[in-house]
Parts: sequence; C-alpha cells; structure tokens
Amino acid sequence: MKIGVVVFPESNCDHDCEHVFKNVLGQHVEMIWHKETLLKGLDAIVLPGGFSYGDYLRTGAIARFSPVMGAVKEFAKSGGMVIGICNGFQILLEAGLLPGAMLRNESLNFICKDVHVKVENAATAFTGSCESGQVLKLPIAHADGNYYTDPVTLAAMQANAQIVLRYCTPEGRVTPEANPNGSLDNIAGIINPEGNVLGMMPHPERCVEEMLGNEDGRVIFVSMLEALKKAGQPKMVGAG
Amino acid sequence: MKAKIHVTLKQGILDPQGKAIEHALDSLGFKNAANVRVGKYMELDLKESDKAKAEVEVKQMCEKLLANTIIEEYRYELQ
Repeated sequence: MKIGVVVFPESNCDHDCEHVFKNVLGQHVEMIWHKETLLKGLDAIVLPGGFSYGDYLRTGAIARFSPVMGAVKEFAKSGGMVIGICNGFQILLEAGLLPGAMLRNESLNFICKDVHVKVENAATAFTGSCESGQVLKLPIAHADGNYYTDPVTLAAMQANAQIVLRYCTPEGRVTPEANPNGSLDNIAGIINPEGNVLGMMPHPERCVEEMLGNEDGRVIFVSMLEALKKAGQPKMVGAG
Repeated sequence: MKAKIHVTLKQGILDPQGKAIEHALDSLGFKNAANVRVGKYMELDLKESDKAKAEVEVKQMCEKLLANTIIEEYRYELQ
C-alpha cells in the first residue's frame, strides 16, 4: 500500500509515522510537503503530530489552510482513509473534517505520559483488528487535548458510534480520574460519520515495536492496512 | 483603517486559565474579582477606506481564521 505522510512546517512526528509504515509494516511511504496540491495513487493519508506553524493563533488553525489540505479534503470526501494523530487531529478539527474543537488541557499543563484508552468501536477501519473494549496503553504529549463539542453533536456522535477511543483506567473503566486533560466524555479519538477519517490525541506511532517496550499502537496501523486490503484501489485527487 | 479584534471563549466553555488567574488575584488580596476570562487581542491595518466594506472583510477574517466559532466569539472595532 502507498501511504502519504503530510509534513507541515513544524510537524515533528512525521518520521515516526514513516518508520511505522515503511520499516515496521513494509509499505511504500511518500512524505508530502504541505505545499503539494496533487496527491497521486495514495491509499491512506497521515496527518502527523507536532506543532505545525508553532501552534500560532490556535493549534492547527493555520495548517488547515496549507495548500495540501484541499487535496486531503477531496481525498477524504471521496472516501479515502485519513488518520490525524495529535496535531493531525487538531488540524482535522480546524479543517472541519471532524466535528468539534480542542481546548487547552484543563490542568493548563503540557502532559507527556502513558495513558490507557478503551476501544469503544472496534468496527472502524482503524480499529478493525482490535477487540471491542480492548485497552491500549499509548503515550500522549499535548497541551491542547481537551476535546469539546456541543451537546447536540455529542449525542449524534454517541448514537453513530463515532467515539472510537476513550481515556480509561488500565482495567478499562472510563472514569474522570483516567481523563488526563478534561476532554468531554473522556474522548481520545473519534471518526467522521462516514468512518474514513479518524483523529486521535495519543501517539500510536510511538509504540509499535517490542524494543520500545510497548507495541499497543501497532494494532491501529495493522487495522488500517487490513481495511485497505479489503477495499481495493488507490485514489488520485487534486488539481495538479 | 485599523481593525481592533477581541476573540474570547464562549460563555459556558471552561476557561482554566481564567480560573488560575482568578485564584492568583484572590491570593494577592483582590477579593472582588470574579469570572476571569482570558482572550486574544489582535490589531491589523486594513487597506480599505469604506467602513461597510471593511466590516464585511474583518467579519470574514474572524469567521474564517481569527476565531474558531465552535468555541470562540469575536468582536471588533474599526477606526
């Protein structure tokens, strides 16, 4: 499969994402500079973590207008698989590809630690290889992970099973104590109604190999590849 | 024309920074302050002399970029 990893100015998790797909999972990876407007033959797109544009104005607020985002939106609209991790999630929110917005963490601190998330929906393209209710230990590293949306949208997301990952205890209980940043409903990851765009705050790309001491993130990427194998053709979008 | 823009969190959105500042004020002895909210202030020069047109443009800037209208509201002054 051919995976595109978008690189914005100050993205810093792009190489980890490349490493996962290329070296760990043996796929073709294309690094896409944010000024590219044509995305050719990609099976999936990754918006990686980092501090795009220094998080100026609001995190992801400027990156969402990068030239590449037109093509990313078209790719998503035509059903292409897009995963946004951390800053990538923030960019998807600002771009309107996912509902809601991120607020500053409730503690006001940048939090960098391992947390646990519960797979609430194991039927998505990103969690298909997970068990429902499976607990993953993943690191977070963010200051703006406090997910917010209005009550109407939240109810719709709950009804549509769009909440994919929730912060939980190691035993899988979703509690306020397990919520590192005040995120609404302990939300750590969501998908769009169509199910092809996922955003998650934790960093699965930081735990895919045994030598790192944690392989829990691997299942997200394996799920994506499985879903792609089932689906078929790569897509070509953009103005060129 | 000069545009002066204030962007603030919508009422009802938790503002932990505001709360932290409120507690700090309280510790300093300022017991009369409540409901501290922190926002952003931006200024820009606009190459548009027609006030009505300038208003439309500044409003679009706010809606599109300067504020995230899911969580923020904005107001502006044109001089």
